[in-house]
Amino acid sequence: MQKIVPANIRDIQDGPRKSISRPPTFIEKHCNSVFGWATYFFAWLTVLLVLYIVCIIAIQAAPAIRDYGLGFITGTTWDANTHQYGVLPEIWGTMYSSLLALVIGSLFGVAVAVFLSEHFLSSFVFSIEKLFGVQFHSFWGKLPDKFEQILKNLIELLAAIPSVVYGLWGIFFVIPLIRPVCDWLNTNLGWIPIFNTTLSGPGMLPASIVLAIMILPTVSAISLNALLAVPPKLREASYGLGATRWETILAILIPTASKGIFGSIILAFGRALGETMALAMLVGNANVISWSLFSPANTLAALLANNFPEAGPKEVGVLMFAALILLAITLFVNMIGAFILQKASTPNEGAR
Amino acid sequence: MVQNAQNLSSAPNPANGNGKSVVIDCNITELYYGKFKAVRDTRIPIERNRITAFIGPSGCGKSTVLRCLNRMNDLVRGFRFEGHVHFQGADIYHPSIDPVAVRRYIGMVFQQPNPFAMSIYRNVAFGLKLNGYKGDREERVKRALCAAALWDEVKDKLHTSALSLSGGQQQRLCIARAIATEPEVLLMDEPCSALDPIATRRIEELMLELKESYTIAIVTHNLQQAQRVADKTGFLYVDTTQGGRTGYLVEFGLTKQLFEDPKEKHTQDYIHGRFS
Ligand SMILES: Nc1ncnc2c1ncn2[C@@H]1O[C@H](COP(=O)(O)OP(=O)(O)OP(=O)(O)O)[C@@H](O)[C@H]1O
Ligand SMILES: [Mg+2]
Repeated sequence: MQKIVPANIRDIQDGPRKSISRPPTFIEKHCNSVFGWATYFFAWLTVLLVLYIVCIIAIQAAPAIRDYGLGFITGTTWDANTHQYGVLPEIWGTMYSSLLALVIGSLFGVAVAVFLSEHFLSSFVFSIEKLFGVQFHSFWGKLPDKFEQILKNLIELLAAIPSVVYGLWGIFFVIPLIRPVCDWLNTNLGWIPIFNTTLSGPGMLPASIVLAIMILPTVSAISLNALLAVPPKLREASYGLGATRWETILAILIPTASKGIFGSIILAFGRALGETMALAMLVGNANVISWSLFSPANTLAALLANNFPEAGPKEVGVLMFAALILLAITLFVNMIGAFILQKASTPNEGAR
Repeated sequence: MVQNAQNLSSAPNPANGNGKSVVIDCNITELYYGKFKAVRDTRIPIERNRITAFIGPSGCGKSTVLRCLNRMNDLVRGFRFEGHVHFQGADIYHPSIDPVAVRRYIGMVFQQPNPFAMSIYRNVAFGLKLNGYKGDREERVKRALCAAALWDEVKDKLHTSALSLSGGQQQRLCIARAIATEPEVLLMDEPCSALDPIATRRIEELMLELKESYTIAIVTHNLQQAQRVADKTGFLYVDTTQGGRTGYLVEFGLTKQLFEDPKEKHTQDYIHGRFS
């Protein structure tokens, strides 16, 4: 029989026990408060910065607001020669393209997050390796997790591609690719409002597809974290009750992670609303309000990017007004998102 | 050989000589996690309407053996198993058998209470929904909650979140959830380790009640608990002689006999609190 209690602590030390505890020094104490003040300062600085930007835009937009008022929001023409300005088509285009991109992007993004969090890829690689009996090999054995890591990084890399490159890719790749499908839909199902024009190049659908790809990394990265944070014991509980993998994913994992997934979607929506360059290249820049996916359209951000370079002093004010509206929409969406997130998360948190 | 999952639910085998039938005949020759051999040579017959306890030092593979019985280990990548587990005569590791089906007949309660983040009612009804139960769900939920001795505490708040319950209540909720579909066998992995003595007592009483209609296998670190509830007990131990840390069954028998007159030296040492 052996002693299982560790040797007495005094036996380890030579000589009498001597405490090394001491109170914090003068410098330590003051660093502490300086640090505290610094964080305060920077936190408020960002708030001030946001307010400052809003103020500057509002001041610049003031003359236009006085001249056009609400008519600016409901107007549908944009003519610098007759000084007629209205941004309803742009508001429509912004919301339409963002929502469409959000639907496509979230579906794909969440699917990718589930794919990665459930280790579909590494299990697949593992089972392939099993056929060759190398699944525990010192090199091959690590491969399943490596593959998954690579895929994860590749998806995050999508966020690093410059917007203008997406625009070019859209023009030279996406538009030719979807054109036959669009033509077919238009000729055969043209009576449905969303298919009732032909795709003449740039348009709502290619813009939304590219936008969806641009927001995909946002959705998938944050959703992935949310899914990975679901306690493994819930997964076990579900499997233990005899749920299949899909039942577990749909009934337990996604609902439990819904807060994070929803947050990712709101963030992505914010990004889609403000996305400029790729849309300016792909959306067609036409003042049109149409349900059709194939019709050219315009967005607020693209309008700003396209018109600022040649804007006269009066038009700058008008554009600032449009910028203010874009800002308001983005802020509104984010606030709604934060509100829903809070609503969705409160009831369960009570106990632990 | 039984060919399809349907037969998991077939009538029990006729009772053998003792008037007791073996529901799960578990025979693990070798069990690996990746390259690590976790368990070897463990044969435990689990009898109908009896409580079978597994005891042994930490890390000896009790949970592993238990999770083998309803194929929960299939979720672990690199898990490999040699031997057989027969449930009512059907080999549950036969390629034609769906592990999901196995888990519907052999329920499990885990060490940590793990209610879903939904209402108490929906937690208990989860299994009913999975099995596509069309009948009176409310009645079933009530019955399960009563059986788990939780009904009186929650009957007024069935639609509040299960996470608002205390740990002991959550564990009883998990038991209710597991028995709502009336599986044949209930596996419990240290169900009381997170609970206080009173809640533990209630769950023990519950097990004794449940054994009238279910078959129970339980892992426990609490030797008194095993003595109080188990009809038969298996003692597992770690074998370090062959390099690794492989668990194996040292002794299996009637609880009374195992505790009062253990045959093996390791068992004697363990139940008398002597460690070597
Ligand atoms: N998912 C797993 N992957 C790899 N090894 C595992 C896994 N689960 C358990 N093991 C190993 O198998 C051995 C037995 O583990 P197990 O959980 O069955 O022990 P236990 O007897 O239940 O211990 P405890 O009483 O502490 O719960 C341990 O050495 C452990 O490291
Ligand atoms: Mg265990």
